Amino acid sequence: MRCPATRMHLNTMRARPLSPHLSVYRMTRYSLATSIFNRITGLILSVGLIVLVYWLMAVAGGTRTYVRAHEILSSGFFKLIYAGLIVAFCYHLVAGIRHLVWDTGRGLERAQSKRSAGIVVVVSIALMVILGYWLFLAGGRGQ
Amino acid sequence: MKSLRSPLGAVSGLGSAKGGAHHWWMQRLTSIALVPLTVWFTVSILSLPSLDHVTVVSWMAQSWTSLLLILLVLVATYHSQLGVRVVVEDYVHNSGMRTLTLVTLTFAHTLLAVAGVFAILKVAFGGAT
Repeated sequence: MRCPATRMHLNTMRARPLSPHLSVYRMTRYSLATSIFNRITGLILSVGLIVLVYWLMAVAGGTRTYVRAHEILSSGFFKLIYAGLIVAFCYHLVAGIRHLVWDTGRGLERAQSKRSAGIVVVVSIALMVILGYWLFLAGGRGQ
Repeated sequence: MKSLRSPLGAVSGLGSAKGGAHHWWMQRLTSIALVPLTVWFTVSILSLPSLDHVTVVSWMAQSWTSLLLILLVLVATYHSQLGVRVVVEDYVHNSGMRTLTLVTLTFAHTLLAVAGVFAILKVAFGGAT
């Protein structure tokens, strides 16, 4: 039979709160949104890694393999993916820099963090527009 | 010095594994490295005059391009692995399912890293004609 102390140990282990549990922390709405969006864009970029490695493998596979892969990668479906990757990359990049600034102990006051959240949104949208224009309009190559 | 851990805690294996900050620190290091690497990659790809095989291979086979691409693939897969791990730990509550997901994701990230580096080296050493 387990002694009561061990049982207590196990119980506290089970009850331990994990990090950002939406039900545990009370967040004002903007911090919740910026945090969860950072995670979602990170996951999208992880999927983007598959596309990157597929493309690298296709380049390494030689001309014929590459032509076939290039056809797939230029399809409308993949253009949607590139649009998603641009949105994810720009946001994750700027929001990540905000996190790095936080790690130096700066900008943690509520007013500052609210302001930097606004800056992240504005700067990342500007980057999205620039990259989107460059990819889809300027070059006209659509890849 | 006498350990501050209670005998019961020591026996049941509770307490620090001395790895508490490693995950956090690696995530910061990789994210710092990824800022210039991803910006370089995005600008380079978008600046290529075309994306046909000859153009891409002659770009990729340059020493600095290969080197930076290898760094990008390794650091990005590591950063991704660290990131998805936390997401799985936070949101997958069933412990068997959680372990299975983590194992699968670790394998997938290793495969991506190795495949990416292999492809870059193959092109760099002239094996992609």
